[in-house]
Amino acid sequence: MSALLATLARQRWPLPALVAAGFAFCLAAQFVPGLINGYTQFVLITVGINIILCASLNLVNGYMGEFSVGHAGFMSLGAYAAAICTTKWLPATPATFFLAVLFGGAIAAAIGFLLALLSFKTRGDYLAIITLAFLMIVKSAWENIPYVGGPRGVLGIDPLTTLPWTFFWVVVTIWVLRNLVYSKFGRAIFAIREDEIAAHAMGVRVREAKILAFVVSSFFGGVAGALFAHQLQFINPASFDIVKSTEILVMVYLGGIASLGGSILGAVIFTLLSQALQPLGTWRMVILPLILVLLMLFRPRGIMGLRELPWFLPRRELKKK
Amino acid sequence: MSALLEIRNVTQRFGGLCAISACSLTVEAGRTHGIIGPNGAGKTTLFNLITGIYKPTEGDIRFRGASIAGHRPGRIALQGIGRTFQNIRLCRSLTVLDNVRIAFDSQLHYNPVEALFRLPRSGRDEQRSIDESRALLEPFGLLEHSGDLAGDLPYGHQRKLEIARALALKPSLLLLDEPAAGLNTGETAALTEFLRWVRDHFQVTLVLIEHHMHLVMNLCDHLTVLDFGQTIADGTPAEVRANPRVIEAYLGGTEE
Repeated sequence: MSALLATLARQRWPLPALVAAGFAFCLAAQFVPGLINGYTQFVLITVGINIILCASLNLVNGYMGEFSVGHAGFMSLGAYAAAICTTKWLPATPATFFLAVLFGGAIAAAIGFLLALLSFKTRGDYLAIITLAFLMIVKSAWENIPYVGGPRGVLGIDPLTTLPWTFFWVVVTIWVLRNLVYSKFGRAIFAIREDEIAAHAMGVRVREAKILAFVVSSFFGGVAGALFAHQLQFINPASFDIVKSTEILVMVYLGGIASLGGSILGAVIFTLLSQALQPLGTWRMVILPLILVLLMLFRPRGIMGLRELPWFLPRRELKKK
Repeated sequence: MSALLEIRNVTQRFGGLCAISACSLTVEAGRTHGIIGPNGAGKTTLFNLITGIYKPTEGDIRFRGASIAGHRPGRIALQGIGRTFQNIRLCRSLTVLDNVRIAFDSQLHYNPVEALFRLPRSGRDEQRSIDESRALLEPFGLLEHSGDLAGDLPYGHQRKLEIARALALKPSLLLLDEPAAGLNTGETAALTEFLRWVRDHFQVTLVLIEHHMHLVMNLCDHLTVLDFGQTIADGTPAEVRANPRVIEAYLGGTEE
């Protein structure tokens, strides 16, 4: 069985086949009534959104080795920007939804760019504190802007996040991150994680790499937020607090740092586990952080930390092994 | 011969401590220049000044005739100054090949959009980076280890990999900070030959900080002796060996 899995992992065809099958399944689930129930659909969309969140945060926290706790802030920027698009500015149709998600990602990316500028001057613990401050600023900004509903948030968002759209954005996220990570820019990002002083001495354009990592990471954080808003149909500032950021961190460090396969695994395990623990109510929020503590103690790099499923490696990177 | 690197009256203070004071030295192109001196003399500080990790408090540093004092380290590296570190600084959890590719990447020209959407030029450039990095690893005897993690290599191989990585920048000046540290006598002799080969094969001017006198006297055409952040002697190895100040401050101590 494990030999079969190892053989499959080395083949090139399973990934495109899985993507095609997954997309066909999502379309079927959308258009064939009764194929899956509403709850299953909700959980699957949540899995997809969490994959996007986890993989995009992994770029900054895993591949680049910083510790951002502000990912929920980017998520909220994307959620609010997209929700305002579809509730106030544009008619709520699938085509405008696509534009709204792009807009949500773009707003998050623009703020991500500003955060990247701060990362030139500081790193490690101090940058983590800056991302925490950013998260609090975004939350109180929403609470104080009447146009976006203040503490009540945005209500009456159309349920435009369908399973096929979620799947589409998951594929785009993983594809773009894969392309970035296995490029010279990706190697520059790894070099920053490993040793920033050596990176400079090797001629790595450190600032360019940091900007790219933050902008791409926050863009997809924003995309996930936009999907989240149109799944739940209402958002408020409290939906995007430190607890949300912590959940994404748990997914990243559970699945494994600097790994796309790990990000997917982490998001799937976390989402299913947190659904299974729903009956425990508040105790859920005791058990999930406890998982983070145990992970840091026994497997700080996560299940697939610094390892990648060969499916995600470009062909040219496989040959050298 | 012309001056490749000129350090003019450079002073570096850290608070009240004066690590380098009014130091001047000239490195001629094509020469192998040794910097020696007791521990704490300011040798590594000098390297950190040249490579832009520190900005000199006073004075000027000129590379190929243009001032580089105060430039950011990445920019100085790209102008053709490669270096190694006293305590090896490799990307330990990346492969040997990727360590070299990171330095080679400055010669690839595709932009972020081409990378994110995997446009044709990025693929061609990437293949070139793999091929040329492998070709660079070959003479270092590291090709068979190209898929291993750099942190797993034996110590001597890590030192070689750090030199290979610096050469991937195609530098005209290579700064080596104690390349023989931790090597035994036999290994040091092999390193001397190896550095001679590097110098001739890559047409690179070497500046090295070293404590192994045997290596320094054999390899270097020119020596600068530092003590307490000041140049106390400068000349050919024979001249320096005969200099009474050097004997007093440094070499003399070993004969007592």
